[in-house]
Amino acid sequence: MDVGFIVVQSLSGLASASALFIIASGLTLVFGVTRIVNFAHGSFYMLGAYIAVTVVPWLLEIDRSPTLFFTGVLISAIAVGVLGVLMELLLLRRLYKVPELFQLLATFGVVLMVQDAVLKIWGPVDIPGPRAPGLRHGVEILGQRFPAYELFLIVIGPAVLGLLWLLMHRTRFGILIRAATRDREMVGALGVNQAMLFTGTLFLGAALAGLGGALQIPRVSASSQMDLSIITEAFVVTVIGGMGSVPGAFLAAVLIGQLQAFGVLVFPKITLVLVFLLMAAVLVVKPWGLLGRPEAAAGRAALPEGILAVRGFGRVEKLIAGLAIAAMLAVPVFGDAYTVKVATEVLIFALAAFSLNFLVGNGGIVSFGHAAYFGLGAYAAGLLVTKGGLPMEPALLAAPIAGGLFAALFGFFVVRLSGIYLAMLTLAFAQIAYAVCFQWVEVTGGDNGVVGVWPSAWAASRQVYHYVVAACAILAIIALRRVVYAPFGATLRAARDSEQRADAIGIDVRTHRWLAFTLAGGAAGLAGGLYAFSKGSIDPTLLAIPLSVDFLAMILLGGIQTVMGAVAGAAAFHTIKDIFMPLTDFWRFLLGASIIALVLVFPRGLAGAFAGWRA
Amino acid sequence: MAEAVLEVSGLKAGYGPAEVLFGVDLTLMRGEVAALMGRNGAGKSTTMKAIMGLLPARAGRLRFAGQDITGWAPYQVARLGLGYVPEDRRIFTDLTVAENLEVGRRPARGGRAPWTPERLWSFFPNLAEMRGRRASAMSGGEQQMLTIARTLMGNPDAVLLDEPSEGLAPVIVEQMAEAVLRMKDEGIAVLLSEQSLDFAAAVADRALVIERGEIRWTGTMDALENDEQVRATWLTV
Amino acid sequence: MTLLAVEGLNKAFGGVVAARDVTFALSAGEMLAIIGPNGAGKSTTFNMVGGQLRPDTGRVVLAGQDITGQPPRQVCRMGVGRTFQVAQTFLSMSVVGNVQMALIAHHGRTRDMVADAARLYRDDALALLARVGMEGEADRPIGELAYGDVKRVELAIALAAAPRLLLMDEPTAGMAPRERAALMQLTADIARGGGIGVLFTEHDMDAVFAHADRILVLVRGEVIAEGTPEEVRANPEVQRVYLGTSGHKAALRARRAAHG
Repeated sequence: MDVGFIVVQSLSGLASASALFIIASGLTLVFGVTRIVNFAHGSFYMLGAYIAVTVVPWLLEIDRSPTLFFTGVLISAIAVGVLGVLMELLLLRRLYKVPELFQLLATFGVVLMVQDAVLKIWGPVDIPGPRAPGLRHGVEILGQRFPAYELFLIVIGPAVLGLLWLLMHRTRFGILIRAATRDREMVGALGVNQAMLFTGTLFLGAALAGLGGALQIPRVSASSQMDLSIITEAFVVTVIGGMGSVPGAFLAAVLIGQLQAFGVLVFPKITLVLVFLLMAAVLVVKPWGLLGRPEAAAGRAALPEGILAVRGFGRVEKLIAGLAIAAMLAVPVFGDAYTVKVATEVLIFALAAFSLNFLVGNGGIVSFGHAAYFGLGAYAAGLLVTKGGLPMEPALLAAPIAGGLFAALFGFFVVRLSGIYLAMLTLAFAQIAYAVCFQWVEVTGGDNGVVGVWPSAWAASRQVYHYVVAACAILAIIALRRVVYAPFGATLRAARDSEQRADAIGIDVRTHRWLAFTLAGGAAGLAGGLYAFSKGSIDPTLLAIPLSVDFLAMILLGGIQTVMGAVAGAAAFHTIKDIFMPLTDFWRFLLGASIIALVLVFPRGLAGAFAGWRA
Repeated sequence: MAEAVLEVSGLKAGYGPAEVLFGVDLTLMRGEVAALMGRNGAGKSTTMKAIMGLLPARAGRLRFAGQDITGWAPYQVARLGLGYVPEDRRIFTDLTVAENLEVGRRPARGGRAPWTPERLWSFFPNLAEMRGRRASAMSGGEQQMLTIARTLMGNPDAVLLDEPSEGLAPVIVEQMAEAVLRMKDEGIAVLLSEQSLDFAAAVADRALVIERGEIRWTGTMDALENDEQVRATWLTV
Repeated sequence: MTLLAVEGLNKAFGGVVAARDVTFALSAGEMLAIIGPNGAGKSTTFNMVGGQLRPDTGRVVLAGQDITGQPPRQVCRMGVGRTFQVAQTFLSMSVVGNVQMALIAHHGRTRDMVADAARLYRDDALALLARVGMEGEADRPIGELAYGDVKRVELAIALAAAPRLLLMDEPTAGMAPRERAALMQLTADIARGGGIGVLFTEHDMDAVFAHADRILVLVRGEVIAEGTPEEVRANPEVQRVYLGTSGHKAALRARRAAHG
C-alpha cells in the first residue's frame, strides 16, 4: 500500500470524524447538564440538513458566494437551536425527574413526530444539496485527488472544538455549563436559575446538531432516514468519549473515524461491527468512557419503577384471562383471514413484550435493544429453513436457542453496567446485530432479507398456524409468568429494589441478572421465530430500533408495574397500529405523540388504570 | 436588641423514610456568629440543607430577611442573600479558582460594595497566587477557603457554614477562624456547625446545641464553655 | 471465645489514610461499639469487615476462617448479617416477603424458577418477625411502615441467615428518639440470647453507653482507646478529641481578641 493512499484514507477518516464530533458534542453537552439522553438529537441533525437544503439554494440564487453558503448553514443551525429551546420548554422541563426509561421513550416520541413532520413538509424524495461555492474542486495530495470540501470539514471540527473551548472557558454561560455538569445542585445553591441554564444548553446542543446536518448537504442528500443512523453513531461517540465530556467526544470521534476509514479496507463488510465492538470494549474496561467520570450517586426514588406487588389472579382476572385465551382460540373459527393474521401477531408480540417486561418491570434492566433477540430468533429460524433446508419444527426450536445464546453473549457485558449506560449498551449490541444482518448480504440477503420462510405443510393454513402460535406463545407466557412468581423472579425484584441489601443476604446479583437477560432473550427469540413463519420472510427491520421502541411502547401502554400489563399493552398497541396505520399518513406522528402523552399523563398504563378501577 | 435575619421554627426533615430533624427552632441575628454544636449525626448538616431548600422541609417555617422562604428553590434562597458552604465543599473541580468564583457571582444588594475577585485575593492571599489553577489540584484547606470565597461572591447577608474546621490542619483552622471573624467584621451573619469547641469558642458569640434533631440548649459561647454539665450531656461521650 | 478477630487493617484512599493498623476482637454474645468523630474511619472499618471494601493490608478472621477481601455475599454466607445506616429493604415486597426473600437466599434457592416464592419459608419468616415484634404487620407493604419498624424488619432480614455476627451501621440513625432505646434493647436481647456477636457504630451516646459491652474509639483512622463504657468515659484523651480541643486554643483565642 502506498503512502499517498494511506494518507488520503486517513484524511477521509478525519473528515467523517469532524462531522461526527460536531453532532456528538451537542449531545454530550445536553446530557452533561440535563442528564437526559436525547434521542431527538438525530432529528435536530436531520432538520439542520433539510432547512439547509431549503435555505442555502435560495440564498445562492442571490449570489453564488461562499459567504452566502455559510450564512445559510449558520441560519439553519440557529433555526434548529430555536427548535431545541422549544423542546426544552414544552417537553424536557417535565421530564427531568422521571425515570430514565421514560426520558428515553419520550425523546424517541419526538423522533417519530419529526419524521412525519419532515415527510409532510419536504416530501418522501431525498433532496440533494448544492455544492459549496469555492470548495467544489479536488486537491492533489501525494498523487491522490481529495475533495476540497472534505479538507474544509477536517478543519471545521477542530475549529468548533476551539470555539466551544472559548465558550466554555471565557464566558459566564460556558463556565456555568461546566460547573453544572459537575454538580447541578451546588450551582443552584449559588443562586443560578437552572431552568435558564437548561434552556440555553438545549439551544447550544440543538444548534450544534443542526450545524452538523447543514454542513453535510454538499456530501449527502437530505433524507428522512438520516436521524436514526446518525443518532446511534453519536451515542457511540459520546459513550466512548465519556458522557458529558466534549474533549472526550472529539477523541472518540477521531478514533471512530480512523477505525472506519481503515476498517473498511480490512473488513469491508463489518465496519459498523468494529465500531460497536470498540464501544463494548471501552465500556468493559472504562465503564464511564475514555474521559468520563463516574456518575454521582443519584437519589433513589421512593419506589422502584417496575412491578410492585405480584399478586395471583383473583376471580375477575381469571375470568379475563380465560376469556382472552378462549377468544384467541376462537378467532380461526369465526374470524376472517385478516382477523386471524392480526390475532396471530398479537400473540407473538404479547410474548415479546412480556419477555421485555420480565427484564424491565421485574428486573429493572432497561433494555433498549430487545428487538435484537426477536430478530435473531427470526433469522435463525428463517435461515435454517431457507438456506439450511430444515423443516419448521427444528427451526422453531432453534429460534429461542439463538435468541438465548446471543442474549447470554451480549448480556455478559450488559449486566456489568447500570442505568443509562446499560440502556446504551443494549442499544449498541442491537445495532451490531442489525448491522451484521444488513451488511452480510450473501447470507442474510441484506436489506431485502430472505423470503420463502413458510411453515411445514400441516401448518400451512393461517388457521392451523394460528394454533401453533397460540400454543407456543400462551405456554411460554404462562411459563415466564411462573418464573416471575418463583424465587428467581423475586430475587430479580429484590436486586432491583436494593442491590446493596441483595448482596448482603448472599445474592450474586450479576449472575442472576445475566440469567434473566438470557431467559428473556430466549423468549423473544421464540417470538421472532414464530413471526418469521407468519410473515413468510425475514428482514433487518426485525432487529431495528423502531421495533425495540414498539416493544417498549407496548409495555409502557400496558403498565410496567404489573405482571400481565405487557400482554394487554401488546394487544392494544398492535391492534390500534393495525387499524389506524392504513388510515393515516401520520401514523408515526400519532405514535410519537401518544408515547409522550403516556409518559407525561398516564405513566402506569392500562394495567394501572385497571388497578385504579378495581380499587 | 438586634433584629433576626434568619428564623427557623418547627423544622422537620429527613431522607426518604429516615427522619433526622424533629422540630428545630433557631434564630440568627443580623451580624452575629452562632455555632450550631452537636455530635455527628445530630442533625447539623441536615438543618442547613433544609434551610437552603436543598432538602424539602416536611414541616415548619423558614424566614429569611423578612420573607417566608419555606418551600423556595435553592437558587431563590441564595438570591435573597443566604450563602451556603457545604460540609463536603463541593468545589467545581474541573474549574479554575477564578472560574469557581465566577459561578458564585451575584449582584450586591442594598448599595453595598460588591465582593470582587480582587477584594477576595486580599482576603485570602493564598487563592490569589493560584487563581488560574484547577480546583482539583488544591489542598483540602485551600479548597475550603475557595468555597467560602465562592459564597462571598454572591454578596450574602448571612452564610451557613457547615463544619468549616473539619479535617483541616491546625494552621489552616486558624486561617479559617480568621476568615469567619472577618466576615463578621463585614457585617455578615454566620451560622456555623461545629464539633470543635475550641474553634467555636474562637469565633462564635452564641452556641446552639443540637442533639437527635432538636435544639437542646441555647446560650452564649462563654456559658457553654463554663457549663461542664451541658457539654457532658450533649457534646462528649 | 473469639468470634471475630480484626488484625492490623490498613486502608488509604488516594493519599488519605482512612484506617491505620486497626486491631480488635469480638466474642460471641458480645456487643462492641465503634465510635469516633466524623471522618474517624468507622465506616471504612465497618465496610472492611462486611466485605464492601478490601483492606490494603491486614486480616479479618471470623470463627477461625479468613474472610479478608471476600465480597459481601460471601461474607453473608459465612454467617454475617448486616443492617445499614439507611435501612435497605425490598420496597416492592411485603414485610414477610422481605424476610422470606432473605430465607430463600440463605437456603440457596434463588435460581428456583418453579416454586411459589410467596409460600416458601413463610412460617420461618413469621417466626423471625415474631422475634422482632413485627409479626402483626407481616402482610403490609414494607413501604407503609414507620421507619423504626422498618429497622426492626431489617434486623429480622439480617437474622434470616442465622448469623454468628451482626454488623449494624448506626442502627438508630433516622429513628424517632423514643423508638431508639427499644430497638437497642431488642438487639441486645437477641444477641445475648442467641450468642450472636454484634459490631455496631453509633452516634447516639445513650444507645452506646446503655448497651455496648465494650467501646472502641477511632480517631483519624486509629484506635485511640478501647475498653468498657466506664473506662472510655473516664479517658481524658477521648474527651479531648470529642471536643476538638487540639492544642492551638491560645492561637485561636488571640485571633478573636484581635477582632475585638
